[in-house]
Amino acid sequence: MKTDDLIAMLARDAGAVQPDRGGRRFALALVVAVPCSALLMLATLGLNPALDRYVRLPDFWMKVLFVFALAAIGLVVARRLSRPGVKLGRAPLALVIPVLVVWAIAAATLVSDDAAQRTEAFFGQTWAVCPFLIAMLSVPIFAGTTWAMRGLAPTRLRLAGAAAGLLSGAAGALVYCLHCPELTAPFVGFWYLLGVLIPTGIGALLGRRLLQW
Amino acid sequence: MPQPESSQTQPDTEKRLKDLFSRGLAGDDGAYHAFLSELGKRLRAYLRNRLRGLPDEVEDLVQEVLIAVHNQRHTYDAALPLTAWVHAIAKFKLIDLLRRRSRRELLTDSLDDALEVLCDSDEAAMQARRDVAKLLDLLPERQRLPIVYVKLEGRSVAETAGMTGMSESAVKVGVHRGLKALAARIRNQP
Repeated sequence: MKTDDLIAMLARDAGAVQPDRGGRRFALALVVAVPCSALLMLATLGLNPALDRYVRLPDFWMKVLFVFALAAIGLVVARRLSRPGVKLGRAPLALVIPVLVVWAIAAATLVSDDAAQRTEAFFGQTWAVCPFLIAMLSVPIFAGTTWAMRGLAPTRLRLAGAAAGLLSGAAGALVYCLHCPELTAPFVGFWYLLGVLIPTGIGALLGRRLLQW
Repeated sequence: MPQPESSQTQPDTEKRLKDLFSRGLAGDDGAYHAFLSELGKRLRAYLRNRLRGLPDEVEDLVQEVLIAVHNQRHTYDAALPLTAWVHAIAKFKLIDLLRRRSRRELLTDSLDDALEVLCDSDEAAMQARRDVAKLLDLLPERQRLPIVYVKLEGRSVAETAGMTGMSESAVKVGVHRGLKALAARIRNQP
């Protein structure tokens, strides 16, 4: 087919098209996928039995706010990476802020504790499973964010995959807060962050394969 | 950033193409046709400069980028420069081609020159090696027939629905998915 014929074919009856900045697509993906992740959590891990007491503790909300901030910034970055020619700007740098805040709180905690308390604050009871459970809960959300991106047009596929993974990991961590018994800043600043970084890394590795168009 | 020499033509081109494209997105098929024609010439000049070692690939890639622009046109945001959007797609497809061919050493120029993507115009279409029409034949009926009737023969959606026994929305979906499937086949072709 000659290029002119191809152009005629593409233009014929092309009709009007609604611009899509990805907001609705990502919203839909999260509205469906986060409850799926919550169901997965309820089915395999269960709610934290002490949740009603936890929600009155500031430490719990520090944790929730931390992963919520990562998810929110992840969403901004993922949306920007989903459309050609949109500049990333400083959005990825904003990720540093919640991390530094939690690390600062963690440092303050660790300094005032004695050695045994430090170990307890850093490892808690569940350090060995926490990152993997967060990664597990991020799987349905990663499927959703990947679907949203595939309906758009990411051109930097590794970065876009990483952003989808980061968003999914942080949203998965948010769900995990409803199960997790840990409350200390050192624990959250390391093991939660690791849990978010696992899907981020996997997203970067799979980005090219999953998002190519 | 220093501007390339030919940048004096750039604001005009950007403005004119953006106007045609915006009208096309609003439903003006004539303006959209004019936009794609003009874009094709610009892409040809741009890609020919960057594929000096692979002249046979130029026209195929022009077609591939045009289909990509068409399929992904909903991701364009009028608040952003058209040049940046087109350049991101052209560069993405160019790198994809080079990666597929593993022939990156043939790259003679930097690819980070967004301003050049719409700078020059080249009307002399070369022969495309790949025949999109043949790839079209490989699509499943529910995609191929809507494309052939609506997009090639210029029949209405209602008429096509009558001829194929599909619903009108199935015809529209068939066109949309068919063009995406066509893009995928173009990519995966050896």
